[in-house]
Amino acid sequence: MTQLQSVSSPSIHSEDRAHEADHPTSPVVKFGFEQPLKLDCGIDLAPFQIAYQTYGELNADRSNAILICHALTLDQHVANVHPLTGKAGWWEIMVGPGRPLDTDRYFIICSNVIGGCMGSTGPASTNPATGKAWGLDFPIITIPDMVRAQAMLLDRLGIETLLCVIGGSMGGMQVLQWTAAYPERVFSALPVACSTRHSAQNIAFHELGRQAVMADPDWHHGRYFERSTHPHRGLAVARMAGHITYLSDAALHRKFGRRMQDRELPTFSFDADFQVESYLRYQGSSFVERFDANSYLYLTRAMDYFDIAADHDGVLAEAFRGIKTRFCVVSFTSDWLFPTSESRALVHALNASSARVSFAEIETDRGHDAFLLDVPEFFDISRAFLESAGKARGLESKAFSSEVDTGSREENASKQER
Amino acid sequence: MALQEQALPLGGIAPDRTGKYRTDHLLVAEMIPAGSKVLDVGCGDGELLQLLESRGIDGRGIELSREGVNRCVAKGLAVVQGDADTDLVNYPDDAFDYVILSQTLQATRQPKPVLENLLRIGRRAIVSFPNFGFWKMRLQLLVGGHMPRTENLPATWYDTPNIHFCTIKDFVQLCDEINVKMERAVALDLYGRPVPLNLPWWVWNMFGEQGVFLLSRGGKGR
Repeated sequence: MTQLQSVSSPSIHSEDRAHEADHPTSPVVKFGFEQPLKLDCGIDLAPFQIAYQTYGELNADRSNAILICHALTLDQHVANVHPLTGKAGWWEIMVGPGRPLDTDRYFIICSNVIGGCMGSTGPASTNPATGKAWGLDFPIITIPDMVRAQAMLLDRLGIETLLCVIGGSMGGMQVLQWTAAYPERVFSALPVACSTRHSAQNIAFHELGRQAVMADPDWHHGRYFERSTHPHRGLAVARMAGHITYLSDAALHRKFGRRMQDRELPTFSFDADFQVESYLRYQGSSFVERFDANSYLYLTRAMDYFDIAADHDGVLAEAFRGIKTRFCVVSFTSDWLFPTSESRALVHALNASSARVSFAEIETDRGHDAFLLDVPEFFDISRAFLESAGKARGLESKAFSSEVDTGSREENASKQER
Repeated sequence: MALQEQALPLGGIAPDRTGKYRTDHLLVAEMIPAGSKVLDVGCGDGELLQLLESRGIDGRGIELSREGVNRCVAKGLAVVQGDADTDLVNYPDDAFDYVILSQTLQATRQPKPVLENLLRIGRRAIVSFPNFGFWKMRLQLLVGGHMPRTENLPATWYDTPNIHFCTIKDFVQLCDEINVKMERAVALDLYGRPVPLNLPWWVWNMFGEQGVFLLSRGGKGR
């Protein structure tokens, strides 16, 4: 009885999600049969579409564009209200006037990755050959595929080079892939809380999540659209497991400890007696409202396959040989999903390939998710790195207002935040 | 090894009238030709790196403190957070033309391997450190009977990051021991001025508040 109550049914209907997958609320670029996306699995995907958002304005010489790469379960709605959840953008804390990714200075682009479910072609999109959702007929995609699609989007938007590519977690993997695949198009790169390859432990957690989805009777081998169901219980369990890996023991303890939820004594049942349990159940059920289960399978798989050194005979430094891109690598002390040691390995490889690299490990007990939270040290370093990159690119004189103006604007912004 | 034999003329450090840069930093910068690729180990807030970059030198840094790294990144410098004792081993051979260890040697746990790594990573190394043989230091221990403290080294013995102090004489001996060639040596007095060269080496050891050494790999082979 209690187990059935554990995850509430989604209040947003699958039809809403399905509609968003084909007809996104955000701008979308469509590629026809003449412009297929060449996937690593050998398939040419055509036609396909990429949904995206932009913030700020592109300057005259197109030198102030910054690409944000989103993490696994996020999307293009960085700094605007989410069309399905009605909640604020996932990185509003970072993106906006006076924020580190200052929309008064930079032109910010974020696309929904290929394989996603918020308007870029993915397993939830309609397969033009059948008129039904792709489901498991959708080809397996990789991080390089996502980046290739983003490059095609930028071509279409008329942006040759990016001032910076920034992203955390899966987004950080895309950042690294960008620098390895298109070094000449990336002036600077800010990979956060990520690594050049997905570890065995991380693959193991993803497998747990996928198995949870596939064990749900509502999954129907991925054909749940036709049955008007959604494996929301399996997906919620996957999200709960994932969410634990995004936090840290210290953060969970600080937030919840062993405190009880709305009661003083245990119920001697499998109800959510502990606050941490009801928190996880909430996380799970709110996630299934906005995310597609098959998309979760495809995107976790893409992360699992990621190994940048593998394409270079296992020598990571070779991936970045002779690169001109300026790097700023950031990790967080309590991140056990992508621990600092992984970032250090990347930094050593970048140093070995003579890349211009900065690296900072930021002290926080908030775990992997720290890159999405209010961590002033991270904001400061991102702001400083972007400003120096802008300066090196000659942006200062053109797009930047005077020091005084900037200062007062930042002051205003921080006042607003308080 | 007689020190003054190794010491080459200073070539005149341009005095910094603006007071923007420290004399020892200017001295280090004079030793490095433009276009060189340089790693500054323990670069602090990047003051020396900025001076080097202004002279057309391609500089990188390693710094232990997060605050230091943040300040460096804000200046547009390429600085990696790390520890000289543990991180230098990860750098490939001959990765840099010069590796600088400025006022950091005394804070390393293992000065000898650190020095060896400097000259493996870089073709040349520039090392500067406070001279514990400086007369004020000697006097404080001899007369005062307590661990010396100076303006540049104000920490008390129990909370100092400096754990391996040495004198200029000790350092020369260490270089000899690990077959490091001393291409140039300069002692700076309390005011950061070079101690005149025509004085015998023990004067340096006595009156040099710090030593700055340009080193290269020895020719003896090991």
